[in-house]
Amino acid sequence: MVGLATVFGAGGGTSSYEEVAGTDLILLWGSNAREAHPIFFHHVLKGIHNGAELIVIDPRRTVSAEWADLWLGLDVGSDVALSNTMAREIIFNDLHHRHFIEHATTGFEEYRASVEDWTLERGEAVTGVPAEIIREVAHSYAKAERAMICWTLGITEHHNAVDNVLALINLALLTGHVGVYGSGVNPLRGQNNVQGGGDMGAIPNKLPGFQDIEKDAEARAKFEAAWGVPITPRYGWTLTQMFEAMDRGELTCAYVIGENPASSEADNKHTVHLLENLDTLIVQDILMTRTAEMADVILPASAAWAESEGTVTNSERRVQRVRKALDPPGDARDDIWIIAELARRLGADWGEVTPASAWEELRTLSPMHAGMSYQRLEELGGIQWPCPDEDHPGTLFLHSRLWESGGAQGEKAPFSVVIDDPPVDGLDDEYPLRLTTGRRLDSYNTGVQTGGYTSPLRRPEAIEVSPEDAARMGLQVGERVRISSRRGEVEAPVYIDEGLRPGLVFMTMHFPEQVDTNNLTIDATDPKSGTAEFKATAVRIDKIEAKV
Amino acid sequence: MQASASDAERAAVDALLGEPQSGWTGSAERSAADNRFSRGGRSAREQRDQLLPALHALQKDIGWISEGGLNYVCERLSVPPAEAYGVATFYAMFSVKERPKTVVHVCDDIACRLAGAETLCAQLSEEVGPEGADAGGATWVRSPCLGMCEQAPVMLGQRVGRPDVALAGASVATYRAIASPDSNVVCAGADTAPQTWDPVQRAGLRLLRRVGTVDPLSLDDYRAHGGYEALSKALEIGAEATIREVTDSKLMGRGGAAFPTGVKWNAVATQEARPHYFVCNADESEPGTFKDRVIMELDPFSVVESLTIAGFATGSERGYIYIRGEYPLATERLEHAIAEARRAGLLGADVMGSGFGFDIELRRGAGAYICGEETALFNSIEGKRGEPRNKPPFPVERGLFGKPTGINNVETLINVLEILKIGGAAYAQIGTEDSTGTRLFCLSGAVSRPGLYEVEFGATLREVLDLAGGAPQDMKAILLGGAAGGFVTADDLDVRLTFEDSRAGGYTIGSGVIMVFGPDSDLIDAVLRIARFFRDESCGQCVPCRVGTVRQEEALHRLVASREIGSREDELRLLGEIDRVMTDASICGLGQTAASAVRSAVAKLALFEAAKA
Repeated sequence: MVGLATVFGAGGGTSSYEEVAGTDLILLWGSNAREAHPIFFHHVLKGIHNGAELIVIDPRRTVSAEWADLWLGLDVGSDVALSNTMAREIIFNDLHHRHFIEHATTGFEEYRASVEDWTLERGEAVTGVPAEIIREVAHSYAKAERAMICWTLGITEHHNAVDNVLALINLALLTGHVGVYGSGVNPLRGQNNVQGGGDMGAIPNKLPGFQDIEKDAEARAKFEAAWGVPITPRYGWTLTQMFEAMDRGELTCAYVIGENPASSEADNKHTVHLLENLDTLIVQDILMTRTAEMADVILPASAAWAESEGTVTNSERRVQRVRKALDPPGDARDDIWIIAELARRLGADWGEVTPASAWEELRTLSPMHAGMSYQRLEELGGIQWPCPDEDHPGTLFLHSRLWESGGAQGEKAPFSVVIDDPPVDGLDDEYPLRLTTGRRLDSYNTGVQTGGYTSPLRRPEAIEVSPEDAARMGLQVGERVRISSRRGEVEAPVYIDEGLRPGLVFMTMHFPEQVDTNNLTIDATDPKSGTAEFKATAVRIDKIEAKV
Repeated sequence: MQASASDAERAAVDALLGEPQSGWTGSAERSAADNRFSRGGRSAREQRDQLLPALHALQKDIGWISEGGLNYVCERLSVPPAEAYGVATFYAMFSVKERPKTVVHVCDDIACRLAGAETLCAQLSEEVGPEGADAGGATWVRSPCLGMCEQAPVMLGQRVGRPDVALAGASVATYRAIASPDSNVVCAGADTAPQTWDPVQRAGLRLLRRVGTVDPLSLDDYRAHGGYEALSKALEIGAEATIREVTDSKLMGRGGAAFPTGVKWNAVATQEARPHYFVCNADESEPGTFKDRVIMELDPFSVVESLTIAGFATGSERGYIYIRGEYPLATERLEHAIAEARRAGLLGADVMGSGFGFDIELRRGAGAYICGEETALFNSIEGKRGEPRNKPPFPVERGLFGKPTGINNVETLINVLEILKIGGAAYAQIGTEDSTGTRLFCLSGAVSRPGLYEVEFGATLREVLDLAGGAPQDMKAILLGGAAGGFVTADDLDVRLTFEDSRAGGYTIGSGVIMVFGPDSDLIDAVLRIARFFRDESCGQCVPCRVGTVRQEEALHRLVASREIGSREDELRLLGEIDRVMTDASICGLGQTAASAVRSAVAKLALFEAAKA
């Protein structure tokens, strides 16, 4: 979101689902959407059915890649290198969109100079993908009438996550594949309301509606007037920065709503230690997570999808109404009620806060939500932001303004110079294998919400290795081995996945009780987005000698 | 780990599809490049229509379709294993369980029962072993109609690594001849059209003109007998004029629906979507029917030529012949004829130097009656389960591979040769006002000379029977039109076998089946066999047919065994209700006609009225 907000001023995917069905080329980059975003993948399948080409870029040949016309198995963390190589190939073959670049972007010359050295040969050397295949993808993307790039955590769970996103946006700017129907740049969201969380200001640097806390004095004044309190013009901490602050002893009290950092954070032995050392830990959740077990106070909340009123916002920026079907069990309370009550007991009486009253307030403060009354949301089946007034139908795709002239165009979109920066956790003789992590169809994140249900697909956590590595190390399926990184070690059974190549191994983090994968991962994070590098860990696999 | 294919299984599939291109599409070893990219997607999925041929290759060379073999096919064709399994288990001639290397299918359908099929099965049980049991690397199983009813009883042998063989006049000795490891039996290909044996009768034949005299393996001989004159004529007068001749001839489809052929051809020709396809339906599976088989075995070039004409007239660039899996000799001869025609420039990029490009692909079914239904046939060619589609859209708009498609059966198509020879208007003078031309009839059961007969429309049932030596005085019934047709009695011998008379009289000519049940035949046994046939062949897609065919058979068995639920009247009422539901609500013709023979047996023969003694 940081990358998109930097270039376009708004942190959202640019396209609608219906455009996926109407595009000519889908570049799925660092995403195994068929397993991790199965609903979105239905839209991809519609696109394929309608004739779209699918190219999947992923170190693993995933089940998503099984649908692809072309799969590229690049080295983990070489996304910037691949993007820069494609850019150079596009520019040197005069396939870039000169009109769009001149009309709607800035910084092209610097960008061109920065990719000049990225010949196909160098790209092959760094990414591992044959030069002619990189060339083919570059040409397909540049020549496509309509093309979209979709990505997920394969791009963002890196120490240089923002650079990775900027590198993909560069390609869209270079070819004019943004701001028109069927083209765009789209991060896929893992939950029904990740987008909504950011929209509502649950990020450290923005007020609701992506209004900047530091830079936008006018917006700040508007909120101060509405809320009757001064707003400090300073960015807050990202999640990772909060843990650093805990480490320094600056942060001593945490109020955790609907998160499970004790299981989900990288290098989690350290994370658990930090949480244990807090003066106060408050957890508000619907389930007894590992973090909740450590809490001083637990506030049982209602389930957002069935026990609460309100709205959610999905990946295509569509705000939709959610309706309450059941009363929450026992003493569980609605999140809004809990927060308002907490405020009241801390001495700030907000009166009676309801989902509707909170929403009406948002509409007066966030211009992009202004036109979305509950009534209109119901009538139109949801509305895509921005929707500035009640006559506005909502916005199918973002940034068509870039193609306009004069004042209507707004700020031009800047190219970003991005430097290839390999994973922090380097490979050496001691830790020669690249571990990457991901998700499976049948489980969700740390398994808190999915562990209670059976699935015919689910298999226990395992270290997945290529057939070649298994043969080389003499590993059998099901054999327990020890996996060590520079930070910790775990034991897990072996599973052989033909989608992996020699040197690449894979684990999920769905079953922390069985195998605590995040004992291994590195907490190197992107300074700009705060995302940890879950996707690139250096490990070693050792056989466990049978006990006599 | 998933099961992987043996070397022999790989070789069988690779012989059809060629060597795999990468480790992702079947190569045993993966290369450095395979670790870095793979191709697939649309180009891979578009090979889906090779699924059925690939399964045939495994079945023929290995003798069954193992999990490893199936996985390998799936890898090669980018088909999900579950879907491929669904296809493999749809067809009776494929086995996903290991079984003896030789399997002899013994026809126990209605015509073969009249010729002692049950006795033969009893003898096989006694002398060889129980049905399905391995007897020294071979076994026998019961089969629905094998399409050689005029020479009943019949056996079909499926043998690993050797061609299938269909043999008539079967006995235990026939079984042993097929099952013996050094067996050298081959299909006979006898001329079973008695009119061709007599020079006088022969002179009046049109569709059977060449049968029995032309060498089915010689293109030169076919041309010496007037072959390819019709195609020359069509190319000379052009596509539109060719369709006009067919329209003027008032030719109606011989597959059962009696749709005007010229109207169908014109509908395909005028579709804007491209490409167009033309399919010859040679999946002749209606019990009692063998007419198309005789034509394909003894005059195969006529099928190739008439399909080429249909392709030319409708603007198609590719033709398919879909032949039922149980016709090994016809398959072999058509393959040969297509290859010969290709070599002589009668198929290919420039047919007869006219600039018209057309080629024919032969596709073999694998034992599924339903695939004779045109949209089920398309699905089968496309590598899917042979389940009928909803109509509309009709095939002329969206048929094979979703493109405009013409489809006619063999008999309909070869009429076109006659139409172009004498002209559409002259052809329309043959037969009656609404049923022009001649018609083929398949006579079997209690007649002196069973076989294939060609008769000008307008002839009565008695006249056709007389050609075959007449029906016995004390015969019990005649099954007209096949299992999907109905029973008539000696009182009906003077009905005229035309489209208009059958419509008015409430009987059906169907696929031209005339099966005579003599004085010592067992009609109840025949009705039960028909009910079993439909229960077995229902594809299971729609509820009225899937459930109805089972309920119908159960009710009949209760009536026969006098173990009615309620009264006999209750059971007969139930049969009537099942009949109505299947007829009104089934997706395709199979379900719509599955009660037809039973209905006539109840109404006309009163078979189930009195309690069985």
